[in-house]
Amino acid sequence: MRLAQHMAVASDQVRADCIEANEFPEWSQQYRVMAVPKVVINDRVQFEGALPERDFLSAVLRAVNGGGTPA
Amino acid sequence: MPILTDRDREAVTKEFEKLTDPVKVTVFSQELGSETCQQTEWLVKEVVDLTDKASMEVLNLILDREKAEAYGVDRVPAVVVEGTKDYGIRFFGIPAGYEFTNLIDAVVLVSTGKPSLSEETRAALAALASPVHIKVFATPT
Repeated sequence: MRLAQHMAVASDQVRADCIEANEFPEWSQQYRVMAVPKVVINDRVQFEGALPERDFLSAVLRAVNGGGTPA
Repeated sequence: MPILTDRDREAVTKEFEKLTDPVKVTVFSQELGSETCQQTEWLVKEVVDLTDKASMEVLNLILDREKAEAYGVDRVPAVVVEGTKDYGIRFFGIPAGYEFTNLIDAVVLVSTGKPSLSEETRAALAALASPVHIKVFATPT
């Protein structure tokens, strides 16, 4: 969540939601959350676990450039 | 019965020495919502009470529907952390456990407006032409 928050402050285009998975089981199920942290970007790109900043940024760019598959 | 321990309070107070600009924390709650709505209100109140730079507002998801929509909040409990502007930081569910650290980090971040990211990341984010919505699913433990 740390990187997502910092990115939200760095850009007006970025919104960062931190979701407590246990409290929202249906929401978690919708995104097939099996392990945490699970990150979903624009419902297109998703990954589990913490990524270094460079890889996180790549995932963001993939999500806006039409990469990934719908979550 | 306070949620934060003396040690938590001490650590957060120290962290809040970094605050510069005012912070507004909005909690969306619901009377008939889960038990965590009440706990979230209490937790956030204890946090904002540790500094005179932060204020708190509690809104109702149904009664304050227009504001909820404006903030993009559609379930409770939800916590919006804003500085002099809304940077787009939201918490859904009680921000306790590991997420408590992120809540405190968010308060400091929106107050200072200074993200710690590499030049490369900042440049790439500055060039974004369309919205990016990041959801991070986490658990408190």
